[in-house]
Amino acid sequence: MKRILIVDDSLVIRKVARRILEGMHFEIVEAENGQAALDVCALAMPDGILLDWNMPVMDGLQFLRELRRQPAGGAPKVIFCTTENDVAHIARAVNAGADEYIMKPFDREIMQSKFREIGLC
Amino acid sequence: MSNDKPHHMPTWFDVLRREIKQSTGVVIDADRAASVASRLSPLARDHGFPDIAQLCLAMMGPRRAQIHRAVVDAMMINETSFFRDRLPFDEFRCKIMPQLLAARAASRSLRIWSAACATGQEAYSLAMMFDEDARLFSGWSIEILATDVSQSAIETARAGVYNQFQVQRGLPVSQLLRYFTRANDTWTIAEHMKSRVRFEQRNILENGPSTGSFDVICCRNLMYYFDSEGKKALLKRLHEALAPDGFLLLGATETPLGVSDEFAVSSHHPWLSARKLDRAQSQIMRPQLRLVRG
Ligand SMILES: C[S@@+](CC[C@H](N)C(=O)[O-])C[C@H]1O[C@@H](n2cnc3c(N)ncnc32)[C@H](O)[C@@H]1O
Repeated sequence: MKRILIVDDSLVIRKVARRILEGMHFEIVEAENGQAALDVCALAMPDGILLDWNMPVMDGLQFLRELRRQPAGGAPKVIFCTTENDVAHIARAVNAGADEYIMKPFDREIMQSKFREIGLC
Repeated sequence: MSNDKPHHMPTWFDVLRREIKQSTGVVIDADRAASVASRLSPLARDHGFPDIAQLCLAMMGPRRAQIHRAVVDAMMINETSFFRDRLPFDEFRCKIMPQLLAARAASRSLRIWSAACATGQEAYSLAMMFDEDARLFSGWSIEILATDVSQSAIETARAGVYNQFQVQRGLPVSQLLRYFTRANDTWTIAEHMKSRVRFEQRNILENGPSTGSFDVICCRNLMYYFDSEGKKALLKRLHEALAPDGFLLLGATETPLGVSDEFAVSSHHPWLSARKLDRAQSQIMRPQLRLVRG
């Protein structure tokens, strides 16, 4: 079973995303900010990461840059999932090593489409 | 007293179903009266009719053409997405493109028809593919014609403007960045993509394009809505429009098998087929696509 790490400071978003992703037969772990997510990754790299942008302590972009510097940090596929929906933000995320991008609000169909895009389902 | 059943008086729903089937081939399920009513009530109101029955009656009245078009537009299901189902586009790129590159090396021209294109995502997906493979086709003339019976769908397609949901279904972020610009909450496809596609409002059952001229026809998720007679008529029409060595792509659940024997159907993908070769041509082997008799 592939493992997905959901990183979002909103409990509601984590819950919604978890429900959809469990329906797609992923195993889910959660973190509420970038720092907590790095801790999770240090213990075991997930196969994919669904990543919010604006979070306290460490934001999504900082997390991604930090992750990609780790020894095995290049492996997980990363999908940004954020309300930032302008071209500049998307381009910055892609340049920092994001594999895909979801503009909130999302639904099951978008989630499936994006996870198919990165080859995890 | 006679035991004869009373003569069944057609309801507005009967009239509507008959009209839609006659003009488009689309069969509306008999149990959908309630959902159809909720679709059509706003339309009846907008056109100044007291109820749906009057609207349906007007499909046969003096403003026939205009009302008919509006009702057809409201009734069609324009559901589609970029790179819908993905696999057909992979097959197109990896199997069909190489064959056509060889087969049309002399004329250096390709004609592709996205029939029943809805809001245009399929046609633009093909346009993006050709743009990415531009190197292979430099000096070629690539024509993409996209048609749909729904005028409003064609207008959306022509404008090339999509909402945030539409651009996230099937479209990789790399292509979103490369081919779209954002304004407010909508995304518009680049002018140089629009200019690669010609959109026309057209009923596939009526004034079809000239015979035998398309190298590839995508007619996906239309046949599904037709009855068996309609399916036969549709495939006959597509057969006429297809070049002798052309390819036909149907929707994921659709196939010519059991409907028409004029196509050679792929042994891997029942939705993919080629026009069956005439006797005279059947000596020529098709190199890559593995076919079984349809
Ligand atoms: C479900 S959509 C399929 C769109 C696209 N081909 C796809 O697979 O995603 C079906 C489309 O067929 C169109 N349609 C229905 N009857 C038609 C006809 N007789 N001629 C042309 N288009 C028709 C509808 O307007 C609708 O946009």
